[in-house]
Amino acid sequence: MQGNQSTVDPAEVAKFETMAAEWWDLEGKFKPLHMLNPCRLDYITQQISMEFDRDLSADLPFKGLRILDIGCGGGLLCEPMARLGATVVGADAAAGNIPVAKLHAEQSGLEIDYRHITAEALAEANEQFDVVLNMEVVEHVASPPAYLFACQQLLRPGGLHICSTLNRNPKSFLFAIIGAEWVMRWLPKGTHDWNKFITPDELFGLLEEAGLKPEDRKGFVFNKVAWSWSISAQDLSVNYVTASTKPT
Amino acid sequence: MSHPLDNISSLPHVLPMDYDVIIAGGGLNGLTLALALDSAGITTVVIDVHAPQESLSPKFDGRSYALSAASQNMLDALGMWEDLADHAEPMLEIKVSDGAAGETPSPFVMQFGDEDFSQGPMGYMVEDRHLRAHLAEAVEASNVVFRAGQTITGQTVHSTHVTVTVEGHPPLTAAVLVGADGRTSRTAKMAGLTRTGWDYNQSSLVCAIAHEKPHHGIAHQYFMPSGPLAILPLTQNRSGIVWTEQRQVAQDIHNLSDEDYLSILRPRFGDFLGEISLAGERYIYPLSLSTTHRMIATRVALIGDAAHAVHPIAGQGLNSGFKDVAALAEVLCDTKRRGQDLGIHTTLAEYQKWRGFDNALLCTATNSFNRLFSNNNPILRGIRDLGMGLINAAPKLRTGFVATAAGAAGDPPRLLRGRPL
Repeated sequence: MQGNQSTVDPAEVAKFETMAAEWWDLEGKFKPLHMLNPCRLDYITQQISMEFDRDLSADLPFKGLRILDIGCGGGLLCEPMARLGATVVGADAAAGNIPVAKLHAEQSGLEIDYRHITAEALAEANEQFDVVLNMEVVEHVASPPAYLFACQQLLRPGGLHICSTLNRNPKSFLFAIIGAEWVMRWLPKGTHDWNKFITPDELFGLLEEAGLKPEDRKGFVFNKVAWSWSISAQDLSVNYVTASTKPT
Repeated sequence: MSHPLDNISSLPHVLPMDYDVIIAGGGLNGLTLALALDSAGITTVVIDVHAPQESLSPKFDGRSYALSAASQNMLDALGMWEDLADHAEPMLEIKVSDGAAGETPSPFVMQFGDEDFSQGPMGYMVEDRHLRAHLAEAVEASNVVFRAGQTITGQTVHSTHVTVTVEGHPPLTAAVLVGADGRTSRTAKMAGLTRTGWDYNQSSLVCAIAHEKPHHGIAHQYFMPSGPLAILPLTQNRSGIVWTEQRQVAQDIHNLSDEDYLSILRPRFGDFLGEISLAGERYIYPLSLSTTHRMIATRVALIGDAAHAVHPIAGQGLNSGFKDVAALAEVLCDTKRRGQDLGIHTTLAEYQKWRGFDNALLCTATNSFNRLFSNNNPILRGIRDLGMGLINAAPKLRTGFVATAAGAAGDPPRLLRGRPL
């Protein structure tokens, strides 16, 4: 029913187009994402290996799995998934990201199918995946329920959906908006709209409404002393991630 | 400012890469790292300038290492300890004392025993020839490619890989280049990693002795005004000696005949081991400290002496290098398992964070320790006597001291805890 309706907010897409070329500059604007990336990947790889019974110490552990990364940007998640042996489709609503991601994958000797397409359009084309990665996207879409429904449609029964976003509370306002955008200048001002942030309970509710079964939620916590991110079972106050499955 | 895409598209395509990691230097650290990486399925080539037979001699040459419990754990985790154990002498106790030649030792004698450290012996004495032979054997049986007698002439870092040129051979590409090429590291130089250091105007005399009476697994370290003297238990009735003197004095002693050399050594540690004789050759090493400001550059990491060559006062040189090996192997292994480019800056930065501070600390600590003890100033002597008395009186402090000496302090990498990668 939501198939024809695009949930992409045009103003949000334009913002990322201007940043596209800087995706792989580790000291550039995306430095905070590169710093968070090991932590995100640890969670993603652990969830996939548990769900599909794969051994991460084996060669090409994700061989045979078809993985979609929505909002793939410069390919920060697609490339690792491809290195682990998965067949990867990277989708981004911002056209400018696609050539950057394609070029970098080619330079890295990786085969990744990058497409300028929305989740809804992919669902409409009946594309099916074992895993859908939905990282830091849901807070940017116009209609989270419609968008998450499209994500569910893209999964095979028994498939895994990993979704991360930002919590909505005074602390996340302080850290994600004031801290990251205004004080540290980690992200350009206006990258995030705090009102679009979703609490973990709200997200679990939305996932269930979309027909997914919430399985796990964890926090990504930035330690200012160690100056690095780690996964936390307790602290979901700012950045957090969820795993849900599509019932068979 | 040029568009980032301009730079990317001008690069040649040289993929897939020849190896995941290129290690420059096939010494103890370089080969151990190669074996650790191999255990995690990371493809590695080791390029060493020396011909293979140069460093492998079956005859005992008098050189040995005091392996910490953590270092022994790593060799065990890499499957090498079982065979090596027959050639290793456990150090059950370390006696540290402040003694001046010709005087009785000060009343405070620091003793570290098994009971201070819950994880078994404090360490093991292993002869250089055995360690090298076992490493070479393990490398032979592994997937590691060891290219001996080859010289690296250049290294170029690209956005997705590093290229190394080898004299008389085609260039090699990899995600990471590791400099394990010692205190004069060419890898560090070519990566623009600058060094700092100083000379101590001291030299260490190194030899092994055979003695009449058993050593009971006890290591002794005497802090003399001229520098420390260590007596370290080897297998059978033999001990390794590391004896530090002012540079000229050391050279003069080194130049003496074996007989005269022994006659100077004998009174320095008394007669508790009975009659002594030389076993193997004698060596002299000038003492200096040399460390790089940073252990990493883009797609380059340094391990061991290439990053930090320290005064060998507490036998921490190889142990410190092994900590680098364990930490670097772990961050690279974890990076591989999360599918990232092994040479990505965030990974090498993690290694720098893990080892950089520790190395800076070790250089400083080893240096101040030596300055404090290598001095006949009565006030300083009073302070160190008091200090050692306090360490003996405070079990917690002493356990911390032992744990640090055994390399188990801080947040140790998996291999140093004896766990696989």
